[in-house]
Amino acid sequence: MSEEDDFELEPIEILELPLDAWHRDKGARMVEFAGYHMPIQYEGIIAEHIWTRENAGLFDVSHMGQLMLTGDGAAQALEALVPGDISALSEGKMRYSLLLAEDGGVLDDMMITAVPMGLYVVVNGAVKWDDMGYLREYLPDEITINNMEDRALLALQGPKAVDALKRVVPGVDALYFMEAGSFFWGPKTDPEPLWISRSGYTGEDGFEISVPGTHAKALADQLCAQPEVKPIGLGARDSLRLEAGLPLYGHDMTPDVEPVEANAAFAISKRRRAEGGFAGSDRILNALANGPARKLVGLSVEGKMPVREGAPIFAGVAQVGVVTSGGFGPSVGAPIAMGYVDAGHNASGTMLEAEVRGKRVSITVANLPFVPHHYHRKGANI
Amino acid sequence: MTRYFTEDHEWIEVNGDSATVGITHYAQSQLGDIVFAEVPAAGATLKKGGDAAVVESVKAASDVYAPVSGTVIEGNAALEGDPALVNSDPEGEGWFFKLTLSDSSELDSLMNSTAYQAFVDGL
Repeated sequence: MSEEDDFELEPIEILELPLDAWHRDKGARMVEFAGYHMPIQYEGIIAEHIWTRENAGLFDVSHMGQLMLTGDGAAQALEALVPGDISALSEGKMRYSLLLAEDGGVLDDMMITAVPMGLYVVVNGAVKWDDMGYLREYLPDEITINNMEDRALLALQGPKAVDALKRVVPGVDALYFMEAGSFFWGPKTDPEPLWISRSGYTGEDGFEISVPGTHAKALADQLCAQPEVKPIGLGARDSLRLEAGLPLYGHDMTPDVEPVEANAAFAISKRRRAEGGFAGSDRILNALANGPARKLVGLSVEGKMPVREGAPIFAGVAQVGVVTSGGFGPSVGAPIAMGYVDAGHNASGTMLEAEVRGKRVSITVANLPFVPHHYHRKGANI
Repeated sequence: MTRYFTEDHEWIEVNGDSATVGITHYAQSQLGDIVFAEVPAAGATLKKGGDAAVVESVKAASDVYAPVSGTVIEGNAALEGDPALVNSDPEGEGWFFKLTLSDSSELDSLMNSTAYQAFVDGL
């Protein structure tokens, strides 16, 4: 047997994050991911996935980059490189956005939050150094980019995340989806400020918590002492986000695609559509007006055999696409995938075939997400 | 009956000139939750060290190699409906295929259970 692992080994030194020993104590199997030792699973991916959908899962995502952009005009300056309306963000509001290359290709996806100091930006771990280099090159010198390497990032996700977190950090239940704020945690005599957002990447309600690395273990211990919470590894994080139809950067989104193809037209704000003026805006607005030549879509798979990244997609003899993420969806109970499919073949319900180990498998273009999102939206009927 | 093991974590239990093949406890524990297994059809000809079957966990697909050369007698049909048998009983009900050995001298290069245990302990 040989394992063709999804997680590539880096030839460089593998770094340790603040919770490294904590994960090992909890029985995690560690793998190298984005240059760090990361927990891929504790008790098993399916059990961890289901636990998160029904209770609350604690994810260590400290490999991600936490950047602080400060300086006058940071929002306007960043708008040259992202398609979102960043100037309109009021304090404590956040937005999913995309870092764009000059040709409109997607260099990364990111969360941008307006904070009192400026903009708090969370980027993917695997490309954070490239992002910082690109931002430094293209942003005016007056804008300072601070990589907050001393902070850990924990995500608490699932329908019971709010019950567990409000016990540990009172007041967090006041946040709605895509809102963030500073909250005090710990003894009244010596409280620690945490930056907490109501967001995540599982499709469930939940929170992301930025905490000084020196305090990460104490916070993780306290959260895992809550009856709703178990630690969850990267394996379940991947199956949860796939069921939620959320793209994985470097797989479903790369510099070779622009946002409309990547099914992320929602990230191009109304004002920016009207005004343009961002990297690659000619190409991107053209795709928006005329439809992209190919599009990232969901794919339901017939039978039990998973269809994985790299599998070609056919309509008859003609190749019309390629799978970019695929695997087993524990909540769906069947294999699911996402991939790029050419125009004319990517409408929901279109029957296609994927090729796996020389064999054809029936697949159907599916609406995303595979599992409905359960966000705590302002104004939503609950 | 004698059971042998490979460095690729397959086991093979030999009974005369036929044998049963599966993956070890260690292998299933490393793979995690098995969601799909593809076994060879009866009559398929396998070459020692060649691809024989596929086992897929939630996160990845892995090849199962033939520990020895031979002709497949039967693939384990139970794995189609219940691939998790590979997790729950890898060295029993979770077997992959049975074959007729074409060259029993190929067994000489495999490990016995003591040697395999020492091999795993060293990983």
